[in-house]
Amino acid sequence: MQFTEENLERYSRHILLQDVGVEGQEALSQAKILIIGAGGLGSPAALYLAAAGVGTIGIADADVVDLSNLQRQVIHFTKDLNKPKVLSAAEKMQAINPELKVDSYHEFLTAKNIRAIVRKYDFVIDGTDNFAAKFLINDACVMEKVPFSHGGVLRFDGQTMTVYPGESACYRCVFGAPPPKGSVPTCSEAGILGAIAGMLGTMQATEALKHVIGIGERLTNRLLSFDAKNMQFRTINVNKNPKCAVCGKNPTITELKDEEQAVCEL
Amino acid sequence: MEHFLDITKDHCPMTFVKVKVKLSKIETGDRLEVLLSEGEPLNNVPRSATEQGYKVLEVTAVEGNVHKVVIEK
Ligand SMILES: [Zn+2]
Repeated sequence: MQFTEENLERYSRHILLQDVGVEGQEALSQAKILIIGAGGLGSPAALYLAAAGVGTIGIADADVVDLSNLQRQVIHFTKDLNKPKVLSAAEKMQAINPELKVDSYHEFLTAKNIRAIVRKYDFVIDGTDNFAAKFLINDACVMEKVPFSHGGVLRFDGQTMTVYPGESACYRCVFGAPPPKGSVPTCSEAGILGAIAGMLGTMQATEALKHVIGIGERLTNRLLSFDAKNMQFRTINVNKNPKCAVCGKNPTITELKDEEQAVCEL
Repeated sequence: MEHFLDITKDHCPMTFVKVKVKLSKIETGDRLEVLLSEGEPLNNVPRSATEQGYKVLEVTAVEGNVHKVVIEK
């Protein structure tokens, strides 16, 4: 592959890095990354992945831009109110990088359609805000053997972990099953400091880029959580659970099903 | 094999970017002769090449403010 003079300059700060170089930048241009949720986490992830020169970015979200989103979903602007989020996000990503190919999915990803979508990509970023979607994404990625980054934010706290299906602990290995409905606040009941979504989504984008370039250690078998109010970070080690219902020795979940939960984007 | 690159008209950071691009296309053990200008390029390119694991075999003045740097991949 031959980079134009213009692209050499565009990506010069990547190419200069020993760990990225020309080869890493070429890998990025061939990469396909899916972002599920064009909200608080998906916004920074989409912006950084587009800027980084990722060749194809899939973005899935059924919602339209709402005024209350703009406090943290930085890919959407005031002029985008009521526009489908995937359209608003695609416009910004392509404004950053006109060579980027965007696949937009203006729909809910469900047990019916998610596997066929996920399998087209090299890496998935979970930018959803609810447990039902997180378990669905986990199970679909495990079944399709697509690595992904789990992420969640609430108030001042963030949590993330990267999953390599079959090799490292999955989200279900660690958390088992969705908590009972109503036992935990969803985004409609709990606030969030907008910048915290930016911190977490940017970490997820970093994991996706490291995966594509093939460098460093991924955040596998470790759950990173932070309390940004006191700026405390910690990682706890987690293990693959041999009894995990989806990735264990004798999985009981062999087909996807939708859990009921109201969906909204943080 | 010997390869050649003139970056006397380029500025930081494109100087070392172009050197890296060229190095990525040649075989290990091949040599790249780079013509560059005094100042920033001369200060930075040999040092960056060494830092990133390449061998700088030679740095010599050619004429005026132009220098020749030979790098082995
Ligand atoms: Zn598991």
